[in-house]
Amino acid sequence: MDVLLDNLDLYGPGFLNTVELFLISAVGSLVLGTILAMLRVAPVPVFRFAGAAYVTIVRNTPLTLVFFFFAFAFPLLGIVDAGTFGGSASSYYWAAALAALILYTAAFVCEVIRSGINTVPVGQAEASRALGLTFGQMLGSIVLPQATRAVVPPMMSTLIALLKNTTIAAGFSVFQAGSISLNLSERGENQLIGLLWVALFFVVLVIPMTLLQRSLEKRWSVAR
Amino acid sequence: MRVRTLAVVLLAGGLALTACGKEGGPGDSGAAPTQQAAADVKVDGSATFEKMKNRGKVVIGVKEDQPGLGYKDPTSGKYTGFDVEIAKLVAAKLGFSDDKIEYKAIASAGREQALINGDVDYYVGTYTINAKRKEQVGFAGPYFTAGQDLLVAKDDNSITGPETLKGKKVCSVTGSTPIQKVKNEGLTEPENIVELQNYSQCVTQLQQGAVDAVTTDDAILKGYAAQEPDKMKVVGKPFSNEPYGIGLTKDDKPLRDKINDILDEAIKGGDWDKVYDATLGKSGSKAEKPVLDRY
Repeated sequence: MDVLLDNLDLYGPGFLNTVELFLISAVGSLVLGTILAMLRVAPVPVFRFAGAAYVTIVRNTPLTLVFFFFAFAFPLLGIVDAGTFGGSASSYYWAAALAALILYTAAFVCEVIRSGINTVPVGQAEASRALGLTFGQMLGSIVLPQATRAVVPPMMSTLIALLKNTTIAAGFSVFQAGSISLNLSERGENQLIGLLWVALFFVVLVIPMTLLQRSLEKRWSVAR
Repeated sequence: MRVRTLAVVLLAGGLALTACGKEGGPGDSGAAPTQQAAADVKVDGSATFEKMKNRGKVVIGVKEDQPGLGYKDPTSGKYTGFDVEIAKLVAAKLGFSDDKIEYKAIASAGREQALINGDVDYYVGTYTINAKRKEQVGFAGPYFTAGQDLLVAKDDNSITGPETLKGKKVCSVTGSTPIQKVKNEGLTEPENIVELQNYSQCVTQLQQGAVDAVTTDDAILKGYAAQEPDKMKVVGKPFSNEPYGIGLTKDDKPLRDKINDILDEAIKGGDWDKVYDATLGKSGSKAEKPVLDRY
């Protein structure tokens, strides 16, 4: 308990930043992932290829490497100037962490949604085409709403993985939950106890997500 | 056909690899003194020493990414540096020759736990002695006294000391003592602090101009500056006192006393100078001999 109380200045901001990092990248990756899934089922071969290429490349790259790319290699391309971006160093690394998390998680979200689309009977799509709906209308009002219901549990798993993946940002100048133990060591605190508290806080963060998953499953299972 | 192509590619690759493999790394020149392993060493009442003896070798925790202090040559797999030589010297005086040493690279954040778990017999790697750490582990030494300093680009004259850091981007390792000092004393704005995984990454960022200064102990910085003296320099105004100790398990007083005796002898007898001259001394700067802190 002492380890927690003596270091509230680490735990408080650490977990606030983790939650913030998680929420922004969750929304970002859900949007980008849905767009990618639409590309992957699109009738145009070039779109399908682009979607498949993205998923194959990003999903096969370790997240640390994606982080590494944005923190060290991306500035060298000269598209943005890391030195002046957002006026400070921390804003650049914060943006880099968000970009890495969103681009990486989107590949997984895309595959989850695609698997959901596959659960929708082909007849649904055929019927909507027969009614004269365009591809966009068919996907937006017939297929995706049904697909979403099927993918609640795997999507929640992907998001929980994202929550824990945020800790990698500790090595790339973003202060959050993953940085806590590194700071504790230099303060001479017992790290084992310090890490137990970090683990406990993660459980506390995951529980509401699990509850949300349960309630969504219950509410939507009737509709099928 | 395919098999033959593969064979040719493998053969060519193998030849290229062997041709490129350099003979000996940078640590081989001006070798540190080799230590004669002492015979019949006794450390009464030391559990750690008992364990080493039964195992027939000693496991030493070191750093592997700090040139001049604890550095693992990626091509030869050899460890070099001041800390490593001190570790060897202690091992020899405890009766373990070079071939009876097993090095384990352990990063800063894992040091206490490695000692508590008994993963290493002792740890030599820029380990600053402080009161809070003494509650968890024991320290012999100090065997070296470092001070926090700044590494900047060679042509940067705007940074001359800690008081000139305002508005500059300062990089160090996540959560490390030097960066906590920068934060606590408000040497620069919080949004200008960059915390990366290791000092090499900070040095890379410095060379790319993404940060203005890298801060940590002068001993570490001298190691980097010595690698590329035409690009980087150490400011040379240390603003803290970091006594490096040899980390041990907390309650092993007999071994702590024994290692303190060994260090005392090395400092007074001239072995310490030889080790320094062969490693950190190459950077051209002199170092003051440490004063042992027996407790």
